[in-house]
Amino acid sequence: MSEKTDLGGRVGKGLQSLSSFGSGTTRLEIAAIIATAVTVIGGLELVLRWLDVPQYILPPPSAIAIALITDFPLILPHLGHTLVVLLSGFGIGAGVGLFLAAIITQFPFAEKIIAPYVLILVTTPMLALVPLLILWFGFGYAPRIIAVALASGPMVMINSATGFRRVDSNKIALARSYGASTLQIFRKVRAPMALPMILVGLMIGAIFGLLTAVGAEMVGGGYGLGNRLTTYSSMIQMPQFFGVVLILSFLGIMIYVIFFLIGKRWASWET
Amino acid sequence: MTKNVSGNAKLAIQGAGKRYGDVLALHDCSLEVEANSIVSIVGPSGCGKTTLLWSMSGLHRLSEGEIQLDGKVIVKPRPEIGLVFQEANLLPWRNLMDNILFPFEIKGQKPDRAWIDHLLDRVNLTGFEKSFPNELSGGMQQRAAMVRALSLNPSVLLMDEPFGALDAFTREEMNQLVEEIWMETHTTIVFITHSIEEALFLSDKVVVLTPRPGRVLNIYDVPFDRPRTIEVMAGKEAFDLHHRIKADIYRQERRAGAAAAE
Repeated sequence: MSEKTDLGGRVGKGLQSLSSFGSGTTRLEIAAIIATAVTVIGGLELVLRWLDVPQYILPPPSAIAIALITDFPLILPHLGHTLVVLLSGFGIGAGVGLFLAAIITQFPFAEKIIAPYVLILVTTPMLALVPLLILWFGFGYAPRIIAVALASGPMVMINSATGFRRVDSNKIALARSYGASTLQIFRKVRAPMALPMILVGLMIGAIFGLLTAVGAEMVGGGYGLGNRLTTYSSMIQMPQFFGVVLILSFLGIMIYVIFFLIGKRWASWET
Repeated sequence: MTKNVSGNAKLAIQGAGKRYGDVLALHDCSLEVEANSIVSIVGPSGCGKTTLLWSMSGLHRLSEGEIQLDGKVIVKPRPEIGLVFQEANLLPWRNLMDNILFPFEIKGQKPDRAWIDHLLDRVNLTGFEKSFPNELSGGMQQRAAMVRALSLNPSVLLMDEPFGALDAFTREEMNQLVEEIWMETHTTIVFITHSIEEALFLSDKVVVLTPRPGRVLNIYDVPFDRPRTIEVMAGKEAFDLHHRIKADIYRQERRAGAAAAE
């Protein structure tokens, strides 16, 4: 029981700040939120202009917005590259991680043996391997995709395994009392019961994947949003630099929102 | 071993024993359950009531002895046996109807919708088919669990302290519901409970088990006609039965306590 609430809390708590928006928000609150945003951004603009801060130190919001709009066609292909790296790397990593979690949790003995290696994979920043991967696989997509897969896979695996390990023996007994096979028990009891934790794993895995994709692009050079960051900063094009940062935060927020909506639709029974 | 076995027993428990490591939960336990009767099993905590019931369901394997259903030894879960758990044990990600259809999905069997609708109506859950378990009260959840167990038309219904978590009033309503359903279906019911009132209200026979290892201490016949009224249940005969059962349980507990103190 305590395990249950703890888990609900984990999915719920992180998403609470988001879910507190929406239906419960009054007109006054919306007005206050917009007013605050305008004050912060406008205030920043005024202060930076008033103090005459040079653009290469910190560009005012208006300059960032203009750079983002005018240079967006130049940035767009790089966004595409980053998305290819992120989606394929995350797809591979998440798929393998999920599959291994489902298999491993069926064999507690094997799980004990593998656990330390998974822990090493989870705790080591996979960015550290990028120079080596470039040495092995060249400057193409391959090393970046592998790095993203290595970063997101273990995160997905360790969280999904926690989900699959949540054995409610009464629910399994219920299925067995109707003569359910091991596969049926997995599909109809274990997997749905693990879903909230799987979603947490996928979200964390995707965010780690984004970090690693951008990092690998900084090291790998040539193309990608990470590469744009190094290029723009070396050319002291700070408005463009911050424009790319804004795109990256937008990607991060999208990951969060997507998994929040999936969780709301398919795992709301937990909260 | 076969002293209690006669011809028309629905369930025959013969010398049942169950050992968990060093602990003997159940030993030399023999009991017969007649077809179409309601039998309650009461006893102090840890007397192996639940172990015995789960063994009847085929989910637990006995260490000694055997249990027969219609003369055939139970070795695995059988479709003729329905099980109602301590908690409603609904799957929280399925709505009420999908929970009731769960057994049919597992068995790849077509559900009898008319029968299910009738049962839902019987337990006052019509209109809640699309509700999720966390939207239902404890009593409603347990009623849904009863519908799930009855939907397959079992000839035996095993109920493991099903109403223990409910408040006293809901519990009485549930007891009346079980009686009503029984009067319609005459399903053989084995009912585990901590409550002597509940056992007396529902049962044709009340079986008192000894503390660990569980054995049958006494069996009491409850001769009242159904439906049982408040007057009968508050009458002298019921009071005396209640008293004797309670004395049985307390005597046993004191003895177990004294044994543990040595």
